Amino acid sequence: MSKKENFLKGFFKENPIFVFLLGMCPALATTATFETALGMGILVVFVLTASNIVISMLRKIIPSDVRTPSYIVVIATFVTIVGMLTEWLAYDLYAALGVFIPLIVVNCLILGRAEAFASKNNVIDSAIDGLGMGLGFTFALVVIGVIREFLGSGSVMYGNYLPFLVDAPINLFTLDWFLGPNVSIADYALSMFMSPAGAFIALGLILAVMQNKNVRKTEKLEKEKKAMIAEKKRIALDKKKQTALKKVGDAS
Amino acid sequence: MSWTVFVTAIISAMLINNVILMQFLGICPFIGVSKKTSSAIGMSAAVLFVMVIASAVTYTIYDLVLAPYNIDYIGTIAFILVIASLVQLLEMIIKKYSKTLYKALGIYLPLITTNCAILGVAESNITNIWTDSLPYAQGLFLAVSTAVGTGLGFGLILFAFSSVRERLDSANIPKAWKGVPISLVVAGIMSLAFAGLVGVI
Repeated sequence: MSKKENFLKGFFKENPIFVFLLGMCPALATTATFETALGMGILVVFVLTASNIVISMLRKIIPSDVRTPSYIVVIATFVTIVGMLTEWLAYDLYAALGVFIPLIVVNCLILGRAEAFASKNNVIDSAIDGLGMGLGFTFALVVIGVIREFLGSGSVMYGNYLPFLVDAPINLFTLDWFLGPNVSIADYALSMFMSPAGAFIALGLILAVMQNKNVRKTEKLEKEKKAMIAEKKRIALDKKKQTALKKVGDAS
Repeated sequence: MSWTVFVTAIISAMLINNVILMQFLGICPFIGVSKKTSSAIGMSAAVLFVMVIASAVTYTIYDLVLAPYNIDYIGTIAFILVIASLVQLLEMIIKKYSKTLYKALGIYLPLITTNCAILGVAESNITNIWTDSLPYAQGLFLAVSTAVGTGLGFGLILFAFSSVRERLDSANIPKAWKGVPISLVVAGIMSLAFAGLVGVI
């Protein structure tokens, strides 16, 4: 596998959330808004890359009998560091994510990558794998977050939780202009999508769209296969016919 | 320290702040182990068992060791190590003393170390219950009752959900929705029903 393939596989082909259903707790809990989803994703990218690098460095030292506890300790250390940094740099995000920052420790995605990739590959490949998988996870979280925030409030905001780049909260995208002055889209939005129930339903809808694509693909492949088999049968039959005709012609 | 405190904590943790539908903890077993009712019951019994013991132990460690010496920043590392070794220890004890219990819970115990509901309850016990002035016994009582309520709530939802999924298997569902997507929508509808209980206490 080339380095580019290794990096890109986390986005679509092996996306942790949409394909493998790993790390579902943060995918449902932290995606009420685009910003909390992005923040959670960034934290996971940091932890996953750092822990992959360290575990890959230690892969020949750690005895295989106690590897899971050792991995958990490495991951928990980085989670603690990242949690402290978040508390310092973006306190609003820290407060909004709450218990889900320490819970990155038990995210199946991180332990899974440590077990399946970092413990068998060299440091550079493990770092690329961690970065790619983390960004794929972030991508999935952001997709869910944007859909939920847009359906739930009618606009997508930036600046409430992440204080970087902007001074005051700004609207990245809104439908307010569509309704004219004095009316706000927030009055017409489906606020259910911001609530816990909406999390399940939104993720269910997204997964159904993905599954629909796969079903279509397999159906198309099957159709092509059937067509190919029919074509081969026809050719074979034609050949038989021709040889039979030849024989008849030779005989006569 | 009275029965009212106990009952209030249990009801609020079990029904109002349900661990799966409202707090999104333990989603992996919720989707992974809910295909059959029998495995759902086994899993929720194991979770209840470990959750109560783990909350008592982590609260004790935090109150008696981490907080007095101002090393509460290593809380997460300490908790996950305690939970992992506790699960291992429980597995050994159960294997030695009760073959029937081991048969019922054995295969679920290793999965529990990475179940975020256990660590989540331990962490939120510290943020929600623990304060400097609260006496140790009272705090421990509250932590344990919250853990009992959370474990019961987990079991209730897992059981109800697995019953629904057994029916879904024989239902005529469009191909695109089969499996996880329709289950998530079912969970969403259940969550909508539970949202009606907010504000009861």
